[in-house]
Amino acid sequence: MHRRKFVKKGTLTALASIVGADIVFGKNLPIDYKLLGLQDPDPFKMFNKDSQMVVLNDKPWNIEAQAHLLNDTITPNKYMFIRNNGKIPEDIDLANWTITFDGESVKQKKTYSLDELKSKFKQYTYQLTLECGGNGRSEFNPPAKGNQWTIGAVSCATWTGVRLRDVLEAIGIKDDAVYIGYHAADTHLSGDPKKEPISRGVPMAKALQDETLLAFKMNGAAIPLAHGYPLRLVAGGWPASASGKWINGISVRNKVHDGTKMTGTAYRVPCNAVAPGDKVKDEDMCIIESMPVKSLITSPKTGAILKEGKSLDINGHAWAGELKVAKVEYSIDFGSTWKTCALEAPTNRLAWQHFSATIQFPKKGYYEVWAKATDSKGIAQPMVLPGWNPKGYLNNACHRIAIKIS
Amino acid sequence: MENKEKVQNSFKQIRHLAIGIFCVFMAMAVMLLYLLVDPTLSAFKFDSGKKATTNEYVSVPESDADFDKIENGVHVRTGFVEGDGLMLVVNNCTNCHSAKLVTQNRMSKERWLATIRWMQETQNLWDLGLNEEPIVNYLATYYTPTEEGRRKNLNAIEWYELED
Ligand code: HEC
Repeated sequence: MHRRKFVKKGTLTALASIVGADIVFGKNLPIDYKLLGLQDPDPFKMFNKDSQMVVLNDKPWNIEAQAHLLNDTITPNKYMFIRNNGKIPEDIDLANWTITFDGESVKQKKTYSLDELKSKFKQYTYQLTLECGGNGRSEFNPPAKGNQWTIGAVSCATWTGVRLRDVLEAIGIKDDAVYIGYHAADTHLSGDPKKEPISRGVPMAKALQDETLLAFKMNGAAIPLAHGYPLRLVAGGWPASASGKWINGISVRNKVHDGTKMTGTAYRVPCNAVAPGDKVKDEDMCIIESMPVKSLITSPKTGAILKEGKSLDINGHAWAGELKVAKVEYSIDFGSTWKTCALEAPTNRLAWQHFSATIQFPKKGYYEVWAKATDSKGIAQPMVLPGWNPKGYLNNACHRIAIKIS
Repeated sequence: MENKEKVQNSFKQIRHLAIGIFCVFMAMAVMLLYLLVDPTLSAFKFDSGKKATTNEYVSVPESDADFDKIENGVHVRTGFVEGDGLMLVVNNCTNCHSAKLVTQNRMSKERWLATIRWMQETQNLWDLGLNEEPIVNYLATYYTPTEEGRRKNLNAIEWYELED
């Protein structure tokens, strides 16, 4: 009789091995079922992105632009990078979406619906530069871990919403308020419902700036899902991770917010410069605030071949975190000589500025056009990589394109 | 008498066994035939309302053999390079995020281990037990840093004639 039992068991194993792949996959189904809905094989269609956008990671979705895609003065959705730390929330119920203000330093806890926010407070529109703190990470050496962003994790769209300051003033905040931290509806990759994938924030001074918005529109339309629909905190000029997506809570803290990715090495750099590859203790890491001065040549696309004697028009954008850009220069001889570009004023504070120039090349050959921006405090972009840091943040080294004169 | 019964009994057992085995083989034959017709087992998927979603998840594994196919030294499903410890890495490192978050990175053995510790402390990664050593060795062998210098040459330039 034992033998028959054995045969039976063997059959099951045999059957399982035939359909094995599907059974194994099936096991994942209940957990990831919804996520897989978002794991559509064509992210470009799913997120309305241009097919030239580069997918760095498909779970979670992390997608960047290329320099020449960012030529628009106002970045359209199709060229806007996506940075996700967790899973994009689904089944968003607009009518019942609320945002709750709490924390040690609110005078009273308060919850608003989206409609209340929109009707109770005046609305403002600003064009705001959002750059991922890790933009340019791929160039660090020794390599820094995380998504290997090249140059395309930056955008400058218009955002419409209410001022965070107006809402905080209506609620009432105590004198001991130090920081705000956001809470959002995205979920942790491990599926653990108790874990927040990211919960960052900004000091009160930044929270209370005119341009710090609770936004519900991007480029005049509802914010696309991947960019924070239906409500996003937007704090331009700072690492884009401070601009929480899908937010449903703001805590006003009496200390530096200690949510996920506020501590350890996340979005921090060594307080004092270190040699490449050095180990840095957590307590010697400082939170990144304003992003550094940077520029991007967005036209022409790198690789242009011109006939000898033809001039080349270049243009692009420059930004400097909290500051204005004072000057943009270009060089075609690897920095030996620099010429000044025409530079426009920003539409509003924290928006990128446009530069342009017409270049003559002296003779045939291979050239690189380098652009270098200088901020209003006289600080310029470095031509080589700036200070190494363990997580590879703040690479604002000059951008360059290759040109051939034939 | 007793002996005869014994013999009859064993015959019975053998016959039962034979029928059992025959049934199993028939069942397997039917399964295999069915798989020829419908390799993705699509007829067994849930209600059609959810079809869009389910289609996406079944479209990957065509059959068991293809599921972990290796082509030109690359594990097709994940993009990991072939090497000792590959399947341990596939099975432990693609559950939460895709393999792309791993393969984008280059680290020393020590830093791979530190990354694993960080995920264990903060991201719910489990204890890898005896698999830790081969996993770290695989990562440090195939995803190891190369000396890049302070600024690289521009590479992979797609040259084109610029029209006015
Ligand atoms: C239990 C879930 C889970 C598993 C399993 C897992 N990881 Fe992770 N891992 C995470 C999360 C969450 C992040 C952070 C993702 C983000 O911020 O984009 C991460 C990030 C990473 C990063 C980027 C690190 C950084 O600093 O940004 C690497 C590299 C990585 N994982 C490698 C691995 C390897 C190798 C394995 C297999 C040993 C593995 N992961 C298994 C959850 C997991």
